[in-house]
Amino acid sequence: MPDEPVATDAVLSVRDLKVSFATRQGELRAVDGLSFDVGAKEVLGIVGESGSGKSVAMYSMLGLVRDSNVTISGSVRFEGREILGLSDKEMEGIRGGDVGMIFQDPMTALTPVYTVGWQIVEQIRAHSDMTKAQAMARAVELLGEVGIPNPASRVHQYPHEFSGGMRQRVVIAMALSCNPKLLIADEPTTALDVTTQAQILDLMEKLQQSYGSSIVIITHDMGVIAEMADRVVVMYAGRPCEIGPEIDVVRRPRHPYTWGLLGAVPRVDSKNQRLVTIPGTSVSPLDVPEGCAFAPRCEYKMALCDQRPELHGPRDHQDACWLSDEQRVAIRSAPVGEAS
Amino acid sequence: MLSFIIRRFISAILVLFAISVMVFLIFFATPGVDPAARIAGRSASPAVVAAVRAAFGLNRPLPIRYLLMMDHLFIKHDLTSYVNPNTPVIPQILHAAPVTLSLVVGAAVIWLIVGVLGGVIAAANRGKFIDPLIMFAGIAAVSVPAYWLGEVVNYFTQSKFHSSVFSWVPASGYVPIQQNPWQWALHLFFPWLTLAALYAGIYARVLRAELVNALNEDYVRTARAKGLSERRILMRHALRCSLISIVSLFGLDFGALIGGAALLTEVVMGLPGVGQLTYNSLQDLDLPVIMGCVMYAAFFVVLANAVVDVLYAVLDPRVRVA
Repeated sequence: MPDEPVATDAVLSVRDLKVSFATRQGELRAVDGLSFDVGAKEVLGIVGESGSGKSVAMYSMLGLVRDSNVTISGSVRFEGREILGLSDKEMEGIRGGDVGMIFQDPMTALTPVYTVGWQIVEQIRAHSDMTKAQAMARAVELLGEVGIPNPASRVHQYPHEFSGGMRQRVVIAMALSCNPKLLIADEPTTALDVTTQAQILDLMEKLQQSYGSSIVIITHDMGVIAEMADRVVVMYAGRPCEIGPEIDVVRRPRHPYTWGLLGAVPRVDSKNQRLVTIPGTSVSPLDVPEGCAFAPRCEYKMALCDQRPELHGPRDHQDACWLSDEQRVAIRSAPVGEAS
Repeated sequence: MLSFIIRRFISAILVLFAISVMVFLIFFATPGVDPAARIAGRSASPAVVAAVRAAFGLNRPLPIRYLLMMDHLFIKHDLTSYVNPNTPVIPQILHAAPVTLSLVVGAAVIWLIVGVLGGVIAAANRGKFIDPLIMFAGIAAVSVPAYWLGEVVNYFTQSKFHSSVFSWVPASGYVPIQQNPWQWALHLFFPWLTLAALYAGIYARVLRAELVNALNEDYVRTARAKGLSERRILMRHALRCSLISIVSLFGLDFGALIGGAALLTEVVMGLPGVGQLTYNSLQDLDLPVIMGCVMYAAFFVVLANAVVDVLYAVLDPRVRVA
């Protein structure tokens, strides 16, 4: 896997990314062997439960993990250039310029003491030689594009004068302000209410088309994946357990964990049914089993599961599970309450 | 913003009024205290006491007496000390106030510069050698009492090395700034350092803690994700937000010190400031002077608080709406 040639058109190529923290209880492996490519204008979804390492993986790529006990290894290539291990100084042009970020909680993501316009102007001027007035005009334009009414006056307001959804629009406007080639969205809708979530997703799709950025969207919501993603990485306990085109992963999931995730999406058409849950709780990243990380919670655990399964399968839809194709067909055709 | 400032200062005036009433009641309407007898002085004849009572209106109803007392204190300025019947209260305070102001303002400049620099340098170098070094210096400065530090400074600058290294240090005392600015600064140099040490230590430690907190905030991660330099993140984002608590701390400390809390430094350094005046009047139970000093202290504490609140609103847009 790590030696696989880098796809030439990939904007972002991650190979065997490992992130671990030295803690008093021992080594905490937050991300363990993550590899994926993001092509031009492609939307990659990374899905997994809380604590599966999806956010840490993204932050560590950009050097946003500031913990001094962290160890990051592997390779992260942005447009063919290795960016893992670059100094803060070297990363400054990439962060905010070529790679925009959208964060989970818009309520705390903006500095409370500056107007939103000031904060957008600050980013634009960090990456271009626009004058203040030009940058401010661009900020107004951006706020209009992300659907904020009266952008010319709201640009002079402070973050606390915006609602959660509007603040997330501001964060998106800021992320897009330097026409990034890649947008990393870390659970952009998690902190918002449901109607706002749909609006923000629509907005991101629309902007993705007009700006042509590639997007990595991190979420624990399979609904968001189904709506946005072209390809999906399913993560469990810091390891990828399934990777493939969105259609395939959602329609023909191969890994038992993905079955569980999809089964846990509540459905409108099945009344009076209890929510399906994955039994057990997520493993602590301090003691991930040597074998398959999901084995302790897996209904289909076998003796073989004590060894760690590698991603394998057809060229573009791979999974890390020891179940044979025949076993999967048998399990999936049995009448159990999973979705699709 | 303007209406906020006006409202804040109106409420400050109301607070001052309330304080003046309370001080008046405590000192002059407490049962068993006969102010006329105190004002007339020891072993005064009943006729003199009666005359004083009439002159000061002490036989009138309480509200009238309050107004008369304020008239004596602030308009006629003829309220005199019990202990030295010929020295009026207000000129005494007005004489002492510039000394205290000079001491505290100079010290405040020093402790703000040292404290903020120390806090920022320590926070920017977390986990490196210099951080615990600064924090240790801070805790040492906080732990040393001003009177001890003052005595030690005096010992070295006035006697032990006065003939060698510190021959340029003048004898303790105060020279008005309008008389000779250079001598003014020279006389106050060591008192400034003595007073500033404690506060510089506190501010460096508080600011470091605030900065470390701020650097873990989401908005700092956003700032980093925007591609800003570490320096800009620290100064424009983290420090800017941490300043809010430093300003409120500063307002309270500054007001209290101007109001007389610099007493220990003043006494040790031989500066005839308000703290020393209060200290002497308390020793003699000189009620009019105590009342004057309390009113003076209250004025500066309340004023400092009002200024802090306005500054707060300038620094933190979230406060302005309220």
